[in-house]
Amino acid sequence: MSLGYPILSTLIWLPIIVGFIVLFAGRNNPAFAKWFSLGGAVLTFILSLPLYFAFDTTTSAMQFVERLSWIPQYNIEYFLGVDGLSMPLILLTTFTQILVIASAWTVIKERVEQYMGAFMIMQGLMIGVFAALDSILFYVFWEALLIPMFIVIGKWGGPRRVYATMKFFLYTFLGSVFMLVAFLYMYFQSGSFSILDFHAMPIGMTAQILIFLAFLIAFAVKIPMFPVHTWLPDAHVEAPTAGSVVLAAIMLKMGGYGFVRFSLPITPDAAMTLDLLVIALSLIAIVYIGFIALIQSDMKKLVAYSSIAHMGFVTLGMFVVYAIVRETGSVEGAALGMEGAMVQMISHGFISGAMFLAIGVLYDRMHTRDIGAYGGVVNTMPWFGFFAVVFAMANAGLPGTSGFVGEFMVILSAFKANVWWGVLAATTLIVGAAYTLWMIKRVFFGQVANDNVAKLQDLNRREFIIMSILAFVIVLLGVWPNPLLEVMHASVDNLLIQATTSKLY
Amino acid sequence: MNFVIPDFAPAIPEIVLLALASFILIADTVWSVRYKHATYYATQISLVIVGLLLLFSFTSETTVTFHESFVRDAFADVLKLFIVIVSIGVFLFSKEYLANNDFYKGEFFSLGLFAILGMFVMVSAYNFITLFVGLEIMSLALYAMIAMQRDSSRATEAAMKYFVLGALATGLLLYGLSMIYGATGSLTIPEVKAVIDAGKANATVLAFGVVFVVIGLGFKLGAVPFHMWVPDVYQGSPTPVTLFIASAPKIAAFAIVYRLLVDGMPGLVVDWQQLLIIMSILSMVVGTVIALVQTDFKRLLAYSGIAHIGFLLLGFIAASPEGYSAAMFYVLIYAITSVAAFGIILALSRKGLEFDQIKDFAGLNQRNPWLAAMMLIIMFSMAGVPPFIGFYAKLVVLEEVITAGFTWLAIIGVITAIAGAFYYLRVIKVMYFDTPDHDSALPATTREMSVAVSVFSLSLLVMGIMPAWLMAVAYNSLLM
Repeated sequence: MSLGYPILSTLIWLPIIVGFIVLFAGRNNPAFAKWFSLGGAVLTFILSLPLYFAFDTTTSAMQFVERLSWIPQYNIEYFLGVDGLSMPLILLTTFTQILVIASAWTVIKERVEQYMGAFMIMQGLMIGVFAALDSILFYVFWEALLIPMFIVIGKWGGPRRVYATMKFFLYTFLGSVFMLVAFLYMYFQSGSFSILDFHAMPIGMTAQILIFLAFLIAFAVKIPMFPVHTWLPDAHVEAPTAGSVVLAAIMLKMGGYGFVRFSLPITPDAAMTLDLLVIALSLIAIVYIGFIALIQSDMKKLVAYSSIAHMGFVTLGMFVVYAIVRETGSVEGAALGMEGAMVQMISHGFISGAMFLAIGVLYDRMHTRDIGAYGGVVNTMPWFGFFAVVFAMANAGLPGTSGFVGEFMVILSAFKANVWWGVLAATTLIVGAAYTLWMIKRVFFGQVANDNVAKLQDLNRREFIIMSILAFVIVLLGVWPNPLLEVMHASVDNLLIQATTSKLY
Repeated sequence: MNFVIPDFAPAIPEIVLLALASFILIADTVWSVRYKHATYYATQISLVIVGLLLLFSFTSETTVTFHESFVRDAFADVLKLFIVIVSIGVFLFSKEYLANNDFYKGEFFSLGLFAILGMFVMVSAYNFITLFVGLEIMSLALYAMIAMQRDSSRATEAAMKYFVLGALATGLLLYGLSMIYGATGSLTIPEVKAVIDAGKANATVLAFGVVFVVIGLGFKLGAVPFHMWVPDVYQGSPTPVTLFIASAPKIAAFAIVYRLLVDGMPGLVVDWQQLLIIMSILSMVVGTVIALVQTDFKRLLAYSGIAHIGFLLLGFIAASPEGYSAAMFYVLIYAITSVAAFGIILALSRKGLEFDQIKDFAGLNQRNPWLAAMMLIIMFSMAGVPPFIGFYAKLVVLEEVITAGFTWLAIIGVITAIAGAFYYLRVIKVMYFDTPDHDSALPATTREMSVAVSVFSLSLLVMGIMPAWLMAVAYNSLLM
């Protein structure tokens, strides 16, 4: 499928250009910076819709392909395209961006143009990550993304922002350079940097294991998986609200996307051999990190840890495939886990974004994220209380919300592979409900805790619109996930074939 | 013996440069009294003339002249062109600093031109003698330039150190060259190659010769363990001179490494490759680790430069034409980035404040957001973060070293790159996240300086988005 114009390039470069215009023209004119960015974000979202409506759901081939020579000496191309795995993530990005820009409307007072510009540039780069089909192009977008995020956390973040942003940058950089070495090695073997060529090339077992580990480091840091997750709570706590939203909703997904785009299809045999490692790390993330979330007193930290636990489902769903194949000898039923992982990524994008935005709403009013400083908020902010409970339920995986769909699919397939894994994964429904609802109880219900809470104003119109859009999407995907599953179907089936076909020679 | 008049044509750029430099040296004594900037403009015009001359007589053919002691080929032309471009930048950035610090003397420019002449000769050397003469022309001019600030004890110390260690390095290089001469019976690079390839030379003597040559080159490049002079000289020299030393001479040093090791001794690749591997690893590790704790920005750049040299050597270790072109690409990028980085110091410094401490950059984003953004580009480019050109420089050398089968070396390289990212990030952190400890507003940077900084820094971004043409330049000049 292709349209008459380069839609992916438009989606990548339009926000970047808007971002630079904002940087230059928005100085001393914050109103312009805000409105122009919002306009750019809305326009990008509208322009991204044809991706969905013109998408051919019957094929797993790349669509909307653009291919130009970029660095001929090394056969590096400007090669873009999407399939059912990346297209939903691009839509998630363009959608979230509008909320991100809107959420910073009144909060950011210092250097508004740099803030807005950074977020617009980041949006273009994130779309680039999901659309790139040349590994070097992918790496360029992937790394370039760190620069604006580094500035955003470091400049507009909380008290320990410098520590957090350095940690964020260095952790991610550490992971990705190994991925780069893997790319270079594969280029040396295949003579091409195209990801599709990597999918097709046979690789010996030792090389596969090393490449798989290199990818694992890169993507595990990004997702983040236990034990390299420690940068995330710091980054989340210190980042401004919009930064947390982008981190949780989109940047973490880049790690999961990396697994389905690189690890599984390129190194299937290594993934088959080392699946238990990833499954074990995922289960640790789900259970252990869930318990850690329980004891947090900082709301953002709590949601950050819950993000790690939820992302554990993503990796579990992806790698449980191998266990099912071993157990039953066929990929029958494995599709459930893989699709569950993909749905969980999209759904977590909305839910974690919503949770961080909700915390942002409170923080803007009270300037504290400490749960102990709140109590009885629902008495002064009834509408906000309503939305917060909806989001919390979704975070806890209540049926009828999008949070349930992905987790349920993954848990089902985990049971198919090994009953105990299923049981462990299912405990998250209890632990997740515990930490989320306990937080809600302490913050929203009970007596009005103090004068500050008593003076709180309910949501203004801007916040109300943001919250209702998110609540609508979360419930919609919860009761009717079909539109999402439909576009993924062909690509997931193809991925399963790639992921379970040996590439040894 | 007949005296044959040699073909002067290939050496016209050098001859013109020599003539112009000599003219400026003499004319300066006359006109500097009346016209303050005359020498400066004459220097820049001379460089432009030489650059245009190179550009319009650009040749991809190899011509050898002066009894096989001087060569002109695409490789030499490209490097000379970049030496000219980088030097124009150097003088452009230096002008204001020199004027502000009562250091605006015509000799700075004429010595600079002579140093450039030396580099030209090094680049085109096809004979050990020519190579040595070029090296000495360049080095002597540089010693004098460092020492020009006579009342600064730090500059004098730096000059002494550079002179003594430079002389030692030259001695070692000469010793090595003499051994190779002894073993092969020839001073001309292609003849040396022919004798070695034919296996007629004494292997032991040759091996000793190679070791001394590599040590000498290591000194000139500033590779560990022969790097001791680099930080002190960078820190002690007046910033314009540091800028000069850190940029164009690296290109010339690259050229002599190529001429000696690749053109002259490809048969001994196994010998010098081993030495370079050790030097490369040490440079990357030591340069990076020591840079982590620096507070002086010039010292930081010195150590980071050592680490960059380690990366550059990876291209030679790959020992393939693609590897050498990757190294050439790296050195060109490095020279341009250095000019931009030291250029920013010069643009921000003023009388009484050198602006060479990292803490001087505190809160630069609030005081001058444009220059802060330029610095951001330079730092990320040096750290090798895409989309800036520094990333592609690292990419190509790593790719070549992996192709040559040294994947482990590439892994050491990327690990040091991660550690290296930390100190570049620290500079950005200081600029963007810290508040200045004194409220004094920066004096306005002149338009000339801002434009110069912007051109050099933005070129890092533009080349990063379109790296293919510069890569093509580096490739075609070696592979054609």
